[in-house]
Amino acid sequence: MSALTIAYALLFYAATAILVLGLGVKIRSYVHTPAPLKIPTTPAPVTRGGVALRLVREVVFFESLFKSSKWTWLFGWMFHAALLLVVLRHLRYFQQPVWTPVIWVQAFGTYAGFAMVAGLGGLWARRFLVDRVRYISTPSDHLHLALLLAIGMSGLGMRFVARTDIIALKAFMLGLMRFDWQPLPADPLLLLHLLLVATLMVVFPISKLLHAPGMFFSPTRNQSDNAREARHLAAWAASLEK
Amino acid sequence: MATAAFETPKLKPYPVIPLVAEGAMAHSKPYVASPQIQTAIGFPGELTEGWEQRAIAKMGELLDKYRSLRVYMDACVHCGACSDKCHYYLGTGDPKNMPVARQDLMRSVYRRYFTFAGKHFPKLVGAVDMSKDVLDQWWSYFNQCSECRRCSVFCPYGIDTAEVTMAAREIMDAVGLGQKYANEIIGKVHRIGNNLGIPEPALADTLAGLEEDTKEETGVDVRFPLDVAGAEVLLITPSADFFSEPHVESLIGYAKVFHAAGITWTLSSKASEAGNFGLFIGSYEQMRTIALRIREAALELGARRIVVGECGHAWRVAYSFWNTLAGIGAGGKDPFAIELQRQLDPRYKQPTHICELTHDLIRRGALKFDKEKNDDRIITFHDSCNVARGSRMGDAPGGQFTIPREIIRAVANHYHEMAPGTTHEATFCCGGGGGLLTDDLLELRVKGALPRMEALNNVVDRHGVNFMATICAICKAQFTKVLPYYGFDMSMVGGVHQLVSKAIRLGQPH
Repeated sequence: MSALTIAYALLFYAATAILVLGLGVKIRSYVHTPAPLKIPTTPAPVTRGGVALRLVREVVFFESLFKSSKWTWLFGWMFHAALLLVVLRHLRYFQQPVWTPVIWVQAFGTYAGFAMVAGLGGLWARRFLVDRVRYISTPSDHLHLALLLAIGMSGLGMRFVARTDIIALKAFMLGLMRFDWQPLPADPLLLLHLLLVATLMVVFPISKLLHAPGMFFSPTRNQSDNAREARHLAAWAASLEK
Repeated sequence: MATAAFETPKLKPYPVIPLVAEGAMAHSKPYVASPQIQTAIGFPGELTEGWEQRAIAKMGELLDKYRSLRVYMDACVHCGACSDKCHYYLGTGDPKNMPVARQDLMRSVYRRYFTFAGKHFPKLVGAVDMSKDVLDQWWSYFNQCSECRRCSVFCPYGIDTAEVTMAAREIMDAVGLGQKYANEIIGKVHRIGNNLGIPEPALADTLAGLEEDTKEETGVDVRFPLDVAGAEVLLITPSADFFSEPHVESLIGYAKVFHAAGITWTLSSKASEAGNFGLFIGSYEQMRTIALRIREAALELGARRIVVGECGHAWRVAYSFWNTLAGIGAGGKDPFAIELQRQLDPRYKQPTHICELTHDLIRRGALKFDKEKNDDRIITFHDSCNVARGSRMGDAPGGQFTIPREIIRAVANHYHEMAPGTTHEATFCCGGGGGLLTDDLLELRVKGALPRMEALNNVVDRHGVNFMATICAICKAQFTKVLPYYGFDMSMVGGVHQLVSKAIRLGQPH
């Protein structure tokens, strides 16, 4: 077993633990913090079903972003949709046999890599070209884009330019999951790609990537508009009545 | 008081997003509340040694009490969707008036004390220590947000800057830095019963005067009852309706509607105010105490219905929060809520907006109008932010848009909408909401009105509009003040029930 294989195996265990535990802690804090007042941004759905539909429209179509900025919507939606296809395509490296839907998505997922990179490029360009967005951009905003872009480009590089030993990689990944470690190919592009992905996993629960779980807990979006029909009382607010 | 000279923005034929002008409004600050004003409502009198730690402790407390704040501190990705949505940014170009930048004033402190990244890599994520310099920026820019929630419509995660502004103001109050205008008014509402500080005898006198005036105008005995036990409706209306123009015209309108429909009603001297400035300073406790006056008045007078007059933020508090704060509503299973529910008439929505009441009467054919009496007016409607984005009327979402418009169309012949994107859920704040309706912020108010003034100007040019109806006391006061800066007549603004008042048939004079 090479030192490289051991290092990457440990890296991925650590990154996975940080991602899962970190997100768990964050989501727990969102769940346990009460929303004492009814603050849906109206007009809002009056039923729970309506709220679910509103959230689906936000998650799938980025409805609010579409209302605000067509360019940001275009690049943002393109990036996220492509990322989803790319992630689905990558499931094949973590399962044997491969699920049929993952086989179907293979062709789309491969080319989605280009859409992902294009979307990220558009989003990054806005940070330089639009003076308002330039003003609000922090080093961390640029680094997030750089990280995602580097992940996309290194991935595309392995798929279309300098192919890596994908069979060996899959064996390594399956080995990680089965606690039966297999050697990791020492391909620089692959090592870079994996390192960046692990970085993304580590950064996720301590960065703005929390927008992903956050949007499900946003009271302006996930509350129903029924303030007159049902009494909404948080525990700390109810204690004021004692 | 004298305000430093400033230039009123030029009205352009179409909206232009201004270029970033750093520091353009850094000088804008409201008056600080005196120690007397602060202590009267339970806040520390002034900023004292060690305030930084107390501010951070308060922030921690609020993060545990409000999911909105906790999620919104984490979720922003700096996408910029909100950056051109705030009327104060559009009117001033100051980048800290972009909602994202305003939120970041708090987010940078949140990161420093409450996140891993901010504790260990502050520079990388823009985390900063709580300092006097930071507080000065909070003081300036969290008093340049009218809590109108327009940004929350456009944010992909629904981040509501109003929630952040309210938290910031609560933190500042908690360390002894309060805003004079809002906190002085909150003191008055506790002490006297209303924001204007009108004592009961003066109120009774005013209402008697209104009865005389209305009798003179119409020949009919329209009543303006005060503290009448056993009346069906308890009307809770902004105190501006008693004394200010054009507000009082709408009060006369409500009285005529009750008269024509034969509904007994009363005002309360104890709860002679619909406004609730506890909302503006983000204080749940203040908001609750102020709301409880309404509950007590309703119980004392034995009212069967609670109706709210034309006031934007008051309607948000009434519609969205009264059930929570004071058990005014339905569905409560606890003794506190049941006590009032037993008294209130379950056939009606509690509370009811005066527009819902009038609209319902019109639909049932209980009111008749001479629409041509409003023919001298070519009307448009300004959606008030708190009504549009923080409440509802009627049974279906969006009733807050259709109901006032249907009333206007029922009482007048000439109506035109302002441009899409400036009305309904995308409406622009008047520029004076959220506790900013004070002369020490006049420059901000005038500049913040720009997007609305441009939309108004377009319908004035195209359709000859000469009247902008609205259902908010703050909008009415704000527009009365700022319309002249843009070359309009201040009497162009008025209430929906001002139009109702003009056209309603009251039957034969007695």
